[in-house]
Amino acid sequence: MLSISNLRAEVDGNEILKGLSLDVPAGEVHAIMGPNGAGKSTLSYVLTGRDGYDVTGGTATLNGEDLLSLDPAERAAKGMFLSFQYPLEIPGVPALTFIRTAMNAQRKARGEPEISAPEFLKLAKATAASLKIEFDMLKRALNVGFSGGEKKRMEIFQMAMLSSRFLILDETDSGLDIDALKIVSDGVNAMRAPDRAMLVITHYQRLLDYIKPDRVHVLAAGRIVASGGPELALELEREGYDKYARAA
Amino acid sequence: MSIAEAISSGDASLLPSRRDEDWRWTDLRGLIRQMPAASPEGRAWAWDSPLSGQVDVEVGVVNGRGSTDLEVAAGEEKFVAWRFLSTAEAGAHNAELWVTVGEGGKLTLVESYEGVSGGYLANTMVNIRLAKGAKVERIVFAADHADGVSVVDAKVELAADAAYSQTVLTHGARRQRIETRVAHPGAHAQLRLDGAYLLEGQHNADLTTVVEHQGVDGTTSQLTKGVVRDQSRGVFQGRIVVAEGADRTDARMGHHALILSDKAEIDAKPELLIFADDVQCAHGNTIGALDEDALFYAEQRGMPEDLARALLTAAFVGEVIERIEHDAVREVAQAWAAQRLEV
Repeated sequence: MLSISNLRAEVDGNEILKGLSLDVPAGEVHAIMGPNGAGKSTLSYVLTGRDGYDVTGGTATLNGEDLLSLDPAERAAKGMFLSFQYPLEIPGVPALTFIRTAMNAQRKARGEPEISAPEFLKLAKATAASLKIEFDMLKRALNVGFSGGEKKRMEIFQMAMLSSRFLILDETDSGLDIDALKIVSDGVNAMRAPDRAMLVITHYQRLLDYIKPDRVHVLAAGRIVASGGPELALELEREGYDKYARAA
Repeated sequence: MSIAEAISSGDASLLPSRRDEDWRWTDLRGLIRQMPAASPEGRAWAWDSPLSGQVDVEVGVVNGRGSTDLEVAAGEEKFVAWRFLSTAEAGAHNAELWVTVGEGGKLTLVESYEGVSGGYLANTMVNIRLAKGAKVERIVFAADHADGVSVVDAKVELAADAAYSQTVLTHGARRQRIETRVAHPGAHAQLRLDGAYLLEGQHNADLTTVVEHQGVDGTTSQLTKGVVRDQSRGVFQGRIVVAEGADRTDARMGHHALILSDKAEIDAKPELLIFADDVQCAHGNTIGALDEDALFYAEQRGMPEDLARALLTAAFVGEVIERIEHDAVREVAQAWAAQRLEV
């Protein structure tokens, strides 16, 4: 599914990713853990094509197709979805309008017809109910005045509505209390599918109690320095990142 | 020195110029070297406005001639469209409109300034008086011709407990000034004073407001937004004066503009002059480009850059339009903005 090889990237001339390689096969959930400043958020922005994150070497492909030459919207249409650590507030655009505009833009890029209004509303109502989101909230400007937990729930809502194939969750647990964490995790787990994969970026092991990864990778100083099963996350929680930070 | 005198006498030297502090960004004297001839009587208009058929009263003033009095009796409610046309043969013309709303009366007034062809100099003076407890919502659609010059100067007087709301929507003209001066002599008066200018080409628009709080417990909420492209130029001058004794005044002024090209320009001057002690006043003024973070967020969700920019620009302006209270007028305003922004 997602294949990254020897990826190098810099921001403002500083190299942040220093030859990162990673494979996430379809159907799997992989976690990336690492100390602050290791390059976790940079990786998510490089994969989704944000301006200012310059790739200087290596490759990244989704189902064999090159991602790095595409603009952010083209990558989204191919299935890339990034759940932001700090979701943006969009004043003046109701959440439903925003998502419908995004959905139809993706469909257009893939040569599919627009979703009809009744079909869209039906899908939105069912998806909102499963995430315990009040439908009225979707009529309000996206994320404006929402709590941290509500913003994260709106990210999962968009992810489910767009039914994206490759999901990157950047620090999705930050700012969530236990109840919200459970709702968000249930929403993410409901999206596990044989033709979908996820990359869960997190600083703490806590989220991985709820979203169980197939593989755990340690990112330190711009490279993957260790990989293992779920037990690696527990070891990191016990012993910290020190030995990996030193090794890098 | 007044535009009305300049037009009636044909003396261009009476026009305001950049030497007048309040006109320094909208210099009419420098633009008009010779006064156009007085406008002849124009032909009556023959097309509908988007609100024709929905309003209680539709009246027209063509080349400065037509009906100029509107009275809403105490307790009465009216929805009125007032159309000011400058037709093909127009030169220079004045018009003065008198609006009075009696105690507890309610008026929704939609003024449209429609320029049929360029070359005119139109000056419209609007006098609006609200009696105690009266409520007025005034919406101005300034649809001037690209080569027209137009000035609309409204004076609004609010009695105690009156409520006045205004939204000016404009795409500008060769030169255009829409000025509103509001006096709150009565206590507890409420004021909303909004505007949106969406300019392109070489259009100019100047939204100037002066609010004077003279009574206690008055409120002013002001939100103006602008989007300028190409070589267009927007001017916002907002002044709020809180006179001595106008205690517990709550006045907030916001002006926010997007500059979408290197050659476009915005000049803004927000002023708060406070002579009372117990007041809450604030102003915010921002001029910039679209938020890059929000743009990336929308693109990441699948919107190509052009679509993301159009959506965020429309949303930026939408905040002003959503504050229009009258449903039918708000819909016309939404359609107006969508057409200007090509959403």
